[in-house]
Amino acid sequence: MKMDLIRLKNVTKQYKNGVTAIQDLTLSIKKGSFNFVIGGSGSGKSTLIKMLYREEKPTTGQIVVGGVNVVRLRNSKVYKLRRKLGIVFQDYRLLPKLTVYENVNFAMEVIGASKVESRKKVLKALEVVGLKNKIHNYPDQLSGGEQQRVAIARAIVNEPKLLLCDEPTGNLDPDMSMEIMKVLDTINKETGTTIIMATHDKDIVNRMKKQVITLKDGRLVNFKEKGTYNNEAV
Amino acid sequence: MKLFRMLGISFRDAFKSVFRNFSLSLASISCITITLIIVAVAIIASFNVQNFTKEIEKDLTIVVFMENDATEEEVLNAKNQLEKMKNIAKITFESKEKVKEEMSKESEVFDTVMSSWTDEDTPLKDTFQIKVKNVEKIRNTANNIKRIKKVATVKYGEGMVDQLVSAFSSITKVTYGIVIALILVTVFLIINTIKLTIFSRKREISIMRLVGASNMTIKMPFIIEGMILGAIGSIVPILIATFGYLAFYNHFDGYLFSKLILLIQPEPFIYTTSIAIFIIGIIVGMIGSSTAVRKYLKV
Ligand SMILES: Nc1ncnc2c1ncn2[C@@H]1O[C@H](COP(=O)(O)OP(=O)(O)O)[C@@H](O)[C@H]1O
Ligand SMILES: [Mg+2]
Repeated sequence: MKMDLIRLKNVTKQYKNGVTAIQDLTLSIKKGSFNFVIGGSGSGKSTLIKMLYREEKPTTGQIVVGGVNVVRLRNSKVYKLRRKLGIVFQDYRLLPKLTVYENVNFAMEVIGASKVESRKKVLKALEVVGLKNKIHNYPDQLSGGEQQRVAIARAIVNEPKLLLCDEPTGNLDPDMSMEIMKVLDTINKETGTTIIMATHDKDIVNRMKKQVITLKDGRLVNFKEKGTYNNEAV
Repeated sequence: MKLFRMLGISFRDAFKSVFRNFSLSLASISCITITLIIVAVAIIASFNVQNFTKEIEKDLTIVVFMENDATEEEVLNAKNQLEKMKNIAKITFESKEKVKEEMSKESEVFDTVMSSWTDEDTPLKDTFQIKVKNVEKIRNTANNIKRIKKVATVKYGEGMVDQLVSAFSSITKVTYGIVIALILVTVFLIINTIKLTIFSRKREISIMRLVGASNMTIKMPFIIEGMILGAIGSIVPILIATFGYLAFYNHFDGYLFSKLILLIQPEPFIYTTSIAIFIIGIIVGMIGSSTAVRKYLKV
């Protein structure tokens, strides 16, 4: 139990409009593991991820992330949780007027890191994602895959224990997607960062052979090690 | 160290947005400028009024006229009673004889007229000139003096000072009304300026939240932006107040209308006024920006 980074207990999330996105979900995720969250559109993948970084609060149940009781966390303290994790989205969410370097550095700057410390970490993160040669480019001068790698660099620059990815390959062609997966796999293996990645890309899931959490209509239907994208389950 | 770094970043971002939305910033700055010019005039006027009413009050004297037939003993008795009164600082006695002497000296006509008066039918009166300690209680003191035996009339400059003060205080009230209205308009404009900045930086703010910026870090640049608008808006009013007052003071040689109305020396008055204007500008800016942050930057 001590090795669990995340624990959910009987978590239910009902949105204000009455939609129940997650239903009675109990789950624990080990430190250093690589987990896919799969399921059809509307199955609750994004909602689950949002609850992990406290963008949404569960209606009932308990969530603990890295020892932090996420449900009881006060709004004014949410930033403390966010500093322990990195988040990557389908749409990259970069700042168009900043260079690659500045985009990654932005994450260091707003948490008050010193210039010297930031510089070291930013360059290291950009090296991990293989973009050290493009630090002065602007986002619109990069391919989708490169932009997503910048977003990953920004997510890992502060060396988080947990990396949350919501459909990070959703906008990318298969080649670029595999590039991203290689980067994520390296991060997971080399730094022991726990990764949770929501996706509905069968190919990726089947190739990577990682833990698979399958959701259907907000319920957990399967949690397998070295799982594959099981059509019947979804 | 970290705090200074964050503050530095906040200032940098705030300055950037002031110039990024320059047309809107300019509207806010102009409004602050107009407001602060009026505030400056109000400050300068009200302090001067306060100053010279005090000066006039210092010169305020109660004149006590004894009855014509008051005996020396009765005058002495009155003097004793006056000396016992708490609010009286200084008593100067002028006897009938002394008044007569002084008036005689002034003109020969007076002299011949007055020499025909006997002790019994002289219209001259013994008088006391009294300075009080506390001018605000002058009315009370005057009433008490009236009750002393053989006191005929008691006079002090009641009309003049009262009228002057009430005239200026109603002017001051109107000015305050205008200032408050202008401040409200200014605050409203600043709220809108900051609101626009917040909306234009929505993406940035959402990313800041994702990567773990504290609420203070997110809010600070916007609050500082309002303060910068206020500070910039106070430059012209400070210049106008300083050089305007200097010119005004020199033009009138330090007096207004008569030697009675003494203007405040420009130094250090203009410095304290400038500082006050600057601080008011910053506070007004901060009220606007923190309201905008509270309304439009939910965290
Ligand atoms: N903010 C929201 N308000 C109301 N309903 C929502 C909201 N977000 C998601 N939902 C609903 O919750 C369900 C799960 O959505 P989501 O977690 O986005 O699924 P997925 O990411 O697997 O596609 C869907 O039915 C969706 O319409
Ligand atoms: Mg989704």
